[in-house]
Amino acid sequence: MQTLHSLYNILVDIILIVIPLFLIVAYVTYSERKIIGFMQARLGPSRVGPYGLLQPIADVIKLLSKEIIIPSGANKNIFITAPIIMLVPSLLVWSVIPLSETFVLANINAGILFILAFTSLSVYGVILAGWSSNSKYAFLGSMRSAAQIIAYEIAMGFALVGVLMAAGSLNLQEIILSQSGGFFHWYWLPLFPLFIIYFIAGVAETNRAPFDVSEGESELVAGFHVEYSGITFALFFLAEYMNLILISILASIMFFGGWLSPFQGTWLEIFFDWVPGFIWLSLKTLIFIFIFLWLRATLPRYRYDQIMRLGWKVFLPITLIWIFFEGIMIYYNIEPWFSYVK
Amino acid sequence: MKEYQNFTMNFGPQHPAAHGVLRLILQMEGEVIKNADPHIGLLHRATEKLAESKPYNQTIGYMDRLDYVSMMCNEHAYVLAIEKALEIDIPLRAKYIRVLFDEITRILNHLLWLGAHALDIGAMSVFLYAFREREDLMDCYEAVSGTRMHATYYRPGGVIRDLPSQMPKYEKSSLKDNNEIKNSNYNREGSLLDFIDSFIERFPECVDEYENLLTDNRIWKQRTVGIGVVEPDRAVELGFTGPMLRGSGVNWDLRKMNPYEVYDDLKFDIPIGTKGDCYDRYLVRIEEMRQSIKLIKQCVNWLRENSGPVMIDDAKYAPPDREKMKSEMESLIHHFKIFSEGYCIPKSEVYASVEAPKGEFGVFLISDGANKPYRLKIRAPGFPHLASLNEMSKGHMLSDVVAIIGTQDIVFGEIDR
Repeated sequence: MQTLHSLYNILVDIILIVIPLFLIVAYVTYSERKIIGFMQARLGPSRVGPYGLLQPIADVIKLLSKEIIIPSGANKNIFITAPIIMLVPSLLVWSVIPLSETFVLANINAGILFILAFTSLSVYGVILAGWSSNSKYAFLGSMRSAAQIIAYEIAMGFALVGVLMAAGSLNLQEIILSQSGGFFHWYWLPLFPLFIIYFIAGVAETNRAPFDVSEGESELVAGFHVEYSGITFALFFLAEYMNLILISILASIMFFGGWLSPFQGTWLEIFFDWVPGFIWLSLKTLIFIFIFLWLRATLPRYRYDQIMRLGWKVFLPITLIWIFFEGIMIYYNIEPWFSYVK
Repeated sequence: MKEYQNFTMNFGPQHPAAHGVLRLILQMEGEVIKNADPHIGLLHRATEKLAESKPYNQTIGYMDRLDYVSMMCNEHAYVLAIEKALEIDIPLRAKYIRVLFDEITRILNHLLWLGAHALDIGAMSVFLYAFREREDLMDCYEAVSGTRMHATYYRPGGVIRDLPSQMPKYEKSSLKDNNEIKNSNYNREGSLLDFIDSFIERFPECVDEYENLLTDNRIWKQRTVGIGVVEPDRAVELGFTGPMLRGSGVNWDLRKMNPYEVYDDLKFDIPIGTKGDCYDRYLVRIEEMRQSIKLIKQCVNWLRENSGPVMIDDAKYAPPDREKMKSEMESLIHHFKIFSEGYCIPKSEVYASVEAPKGEFGVFLISDGANKPYRLKIRAPGFPHLASLNEMSKGHMLSDVVAIIGTQDIVFGEIDR
């Protein structure tokens, strides 16, 4: 009876996470088109529903009702499996994300490790999709993407190592709690270079502009998912946007105190005491999502070899140096790095 | 031992960066280009052959459709060739109007090039900003000729009608209320010249805006500096003209070297590059837009102060006044002759060229004395540029091919003709 009850609770929690997540993804695409539209002196979607608000719904219906075309030379089984392999890890990761003080599906001790393990799985989806399509564009796209994801996974991993050194824990809730004490106690300040590298690596990791060489429109048309249509394409799309939200939410958890109020420790604290932690987390995440969109509207695309150079020759050395530096500071108990270690 | 083959990729003709219908067969080693083989002919419309079966004036419209982003410059070369063969001189006002619209066309073309080039390299926004400004220039086309693109405005002997004294205005519709209409019409109260004035006033700031996004952008520089380098001597050998040649550092511009119309009376500078890479060509074109503004300003000032005919007073080439045509027998006959049979050009061979935005656009005309050309040969600037694609892109990566196609400013209408 007890197990049945807890199973029921878990199911409710999963639905509470997944359904809003899909809705958020839908409206992130809407806001992307709207925000970039305004940045580019045009309107964006404005015809379906008031202010075009029903546009994502219309898109979903369109994608669901479209035919799935499997190219004649494609390996059918892998071709169908690849988008699923892409989607599943990006969904699984959400199980360890603490959305508020109390709400987290699985508060496991190796949270960061779990996230890194599963996000790096998505590269298999990319490779398999590009390989099984039997298309040269898709193949080139997946090769680029695989190399890029591996390169930036390392930089990203090292950036997160800095966080876990400072927090002294792999558990995400504890990482958040160790940042308590207000805006200037969050890790972005002592770990500033790592934060910048984490975010840029995150942009590269999700294959977003200016690092979108793997689907670089003007070169590879759509890269690894060029042969996909209908719902199989929608799965890639969904995975990409969930990863985008994930990177944003992780940036706010690791470096901006997660669900902590930014006014902790100041006289404003009591005025904002009623605001639930979830709202703070959402606000921080939205800011990062906005930066993602802003980058896409502003920057040209890197060339493939330039991305690799940036990843291996610039980011990796910087993270290593900073981790070394941080280690010395922690060893000799020097503020402010030391003060965070319990 | 296993033999490794190069990766052959078919790039285009349906490809977002193919600029129309370019088809490239790329031999690649990984991402590095070993050989790039451009295939042309997918937009071939036999313009040269069609011209042989029509009276001279009816081919002007085909000229617009060659390089369909620099329409009036193509017309210009064609009417210049006819005028040269006929040995006629056109009124001064018509010359100024032609220069004015040549320069408007140059900005039109360079804006499209800039937008497409930036879009190819991944900077999306510049494309839409460029189109925002193009809209006003298209309106200038529309005001003088009635169409936004294929104007058929230049005619042998001048231009078909004088600049309008009123700009057409937006009207109220279900999508726009009075307030919006007022905003859209703010610079349309006066004549076309006032409209152009207001455009050249705000346009330099727009160019600053594009430059702000691109010129000092690290990624933009990484993608264009040192890409597709052409040495000055080699550029001449390859038959480059226009910004492609000037980007390599060769000071050659037909507007200065072989001035036609009134270019020798106007003040402007020719920007030239130093290294001959994509970035230099980008800077050259940006500067050309600024110089075009200077030229437009001079033309507008001249046109405001001087009025006069815009078409030669010769009933053989100029269509008669509409009212006269309805009342006078002579005019009716002339009208009928011009629009049915046209006019004959004495036996001759002429070549006339203009500095089109892409380079030297030339028309070689052989007449056997009939009312249609015996042979018409068009020298399209894009053709030699595309022919050098293999040389320019060898050893570069796939992404650089896209940048090189962008920097060549290729339009298939003129290459395939």
